[in-house]
Amino acid sequence: MKTIVFVERNPVTGKMRDVSVEMTFKAHTLMKPLNGQVVAVYVGESLPQQHENLFKYGADKLVTALHPELKQFQAMPYKRVLENIVKAENPDIVLFGATHYGRELAPLISSSLNTGLTADCTQLYIDNYKDKGKILFQARPAFGGNILATIITPDHRPMMATVREGVMLLPEDNKAVNNPIRMDNVPFEFKKEWIRSKVLSVIPKAEKVNLGGANIIIAGGAGVGSRDNFNMLRSLAEQLGGEVAASRAAVDFGFIEKDRMVGQTGQVVRPKLYIACGISGSVQHRAGMEESKKILAINTDPDAPIFKIAHMGIVGDVKEILPIMLKCLKEEA
Amino acid sequence: MRKVVVLAKQVPDTANIAADAMKEDGTVNRGALPAIFNPEDLNALEMALQVKEQLGCEVHVITMGPNTATAVLKHSLYLGADKVWLVSDRKFAGADTLATSQVLAKAIQHVGDVSMVFAGRQAIDGDTAQVGPQVANLLDFNLVAFATELKSVSAEHITVARDAEVQTEVIQAPFPVLITVSHEANSPRYPNATRMLKYFRDDIAIPTLDRETLNIPEELCGLKGSPTKVFAIKNIQLTGGAHQMYEGANDGIRALVRDIVKDYTEV
Ligand SMILES: Cc1cc2nc3c(=O)[nH]c(=O)nc-3n(C[C@H](O)[C@H](O)[C@H](O)COP(=O)(O)OP(=O)(O)OC[C@H]3O[C@@H](n4cnc5c(N)ncnc54)[C@H](O)[C@@H]3O)c2cc1C
Ligand SMILES: Cc1cc2nc3c(=O)[nH]c(=O)nc-3n(C[C@H](O)[C@H](O)[C@H](O)COP(=O)(O)OP(=O)(O)OC[C@H]3O[C@@H](n4cnc5c(N)ncnc54)[C@H](O)[C@@H]3O)c2cc1C
Repeated sequence: MKTIVFVERNPVTGKMRDVSVEMTFKAHTLMKPLNGQVVAVYVGESLPQQHENLFKYGADKLVTALHPELKQFQAMPYKRVLENIVKAENPDIVLFGATHYGRELAPLISSSLNTGLTADCTQLYIDNYKDKGKILFQARPAFGGNILATIITPDHRPMMATVREGVMLLPEDNKAVNNPIRMDNVPFEFKKEWIRSKVLSVIPKAEKVNLGGANIIIAGGAGVGSRDNFNMLRSLAEQLGGEVAASRAAVDFGFIEKDRMVGQTGQVVRPKLYIACGISGSVQHRAGMEESKKILAINTDPDAPIFKIAHMGIVGDVKEILPIMLKCLKEEA
Repeated sequence: MRKVVVLAKQVPDTANIAADAMKEDGTVNRGALPAIFNPEDLNALEMALQVKEQLGCEVHVITMGPNTATAVLKHSLYLGADKVWLVSDRKFAGADTLATSQVLAKAIQHVGDVSMVFAGRQAIDGDTAQVGPQVANLLDFNLVAFATELKSVSAEHITVARDAEVQTEVIQAPFPVLITVSHEANSPRYPNATRMLKYFRDDIAIPTLDRETLNIPEELCGLKGSPTKVFAIKNIQLTGGAHQMYEGANDGIRALVRDIVKDYTEV
């Protein structure tokens, strides 16, 4: 079996996107028992920084297609180049990051190859299916996050999927794969007519607060009550060495900036400890934090859904609980 | 007159799921959910209507679905659509995104001579965001996904801003083009009272396109034309139960803080 992983570069930082490595390692764990191969494919102008990590986490080969006209992502020319590589490699599986570029490009390719594409997957595994032998099982949230659907593509090849960023885990450094570096640059003739649109301007967004790396996250919701009250969360974060985050309701009320929002439309985090203060625990919020190692919920409502996924809980008013926590912390220190 | 098409889907209102919307076996009880106009398709229609105001063109709305999906078409007429099409056939049922795009592409060709197609970014039931790009591919149209703002439109091209996560890209796209529109792009207008009175009647004729009219081979549509299959569906259940509660008073909190400091900080 062979899996292709489409590698993406963050156009602002020049670094490889996290999801590219995450998928590579996932593909490695799927392919290894079958003696399969993982081929990373990169299309662009120049290689992203840190692309060596692809080999560290299990790529057997990196195929590149480089051209100055491919500096800025555009779906049409990228599709032309990638489609030819996929045809030449003839893989069983093709994975894309469920990024905006990935979700624009993957359906174009699946349509051209007339095969199935599963969107925004959070779990992938290989298993036997009827008389089809081993196929890819792809689980994905749908219905606004209310259900988890497992989708298969039994009769068409390649089996294609886009994969959500931040969900597939990387191993500890000492468990890395460390494959030898093997690169293969494919020559191709670039056709001007592939480019149909003109990119008039590109405006980088203000750098996103990266909550992904925090060990402890103290998140506040509507129940925190005010922008001022969020200062208690900030003090707690300072004392514990963590980051402050929020639910959408807290952002909508203007308690805190949007770049700290966790959830389906915000960031996906999995810290060692997630303290949810005055957050009810909607599906959309849970989509961004339920993989946290430990969850502590503080809420006045003992029936709040957040308690159903929490490992520790306090029923009470955040405005009373947090000051006591801060006081105890000072005394413990 | 220049024609533009809007793709609109009728969807169950998954953003407001109540407890009875889930069946015992963990599947969704579609019957318990109200059927609504897919929210981002309203943004797509709004963008098309703004193009109409600036450029002058005919706005056609196409929906693929059962007869009840005409509700979406009527609403489009209230908002300002010029012509609507129901694409419906038993054989279209059970379609995945690829099979859906086959049918919608054929319907757009049936309308004929279309220079712009507006789709929603994503439908709130299937949640895939794949249909728009796949339709563009079949029609060999230019594509811009995740549009967040209509900047301008001229006789040859449309200019939109689009969200590329870390950056916003302003793209000038020559026709023919398909644009997928995100909720950030605009605030959809409200129905027009005169138009409501005109189109409210139950018996207004909505043209229906079936498989034969569109001349689509059976093996390309519906369940047969769908490479993906739903293997299993489960309700996302909260695990619950196994958590430790601390007293919301001094001693409980002190115990909790001790545990946190011990387990999660390097002190
Ligand atoms: C398409 C879509 C995408 C979305 N994406 C996101 C997303 O990415 N992230 C996100 O968070 N939401 C998202 N939402 C919104 C989500 O549905 C919820 O509305 C939101 O998460 C609720 O935030 P909350 O828990 O802070 O507020 P609420 O649901 O209002 O809950 C407040 C909680 O605080 C408790 N409380 C009140 N007062 C106190 C007090 N003094 N002390 C302690 N507890 C108190 C209450 O008991 C309650 O449980 C999305 C919604 C949609 C439709
Ligand atoms: C739980 C579940 C999971 C699924 N997972 C997948 C999957 O991973 N891959 C897959 O290929 N299929 C999948 N499907 C099938 C898919 O939902 C249907 O094919 C559906 O008809 C279109 O996909 P969508 O709802 O995701 O639309 P999207 O691609 O999200 O819709 C984007 C836009 O396309 C237009 N559009 C979409 N459908 C119509 C329509 N019927 N009429 C008019 N305009 C329309 C609208 O403008 C809409 O805003 C799944 C279905 C279910 C129930």
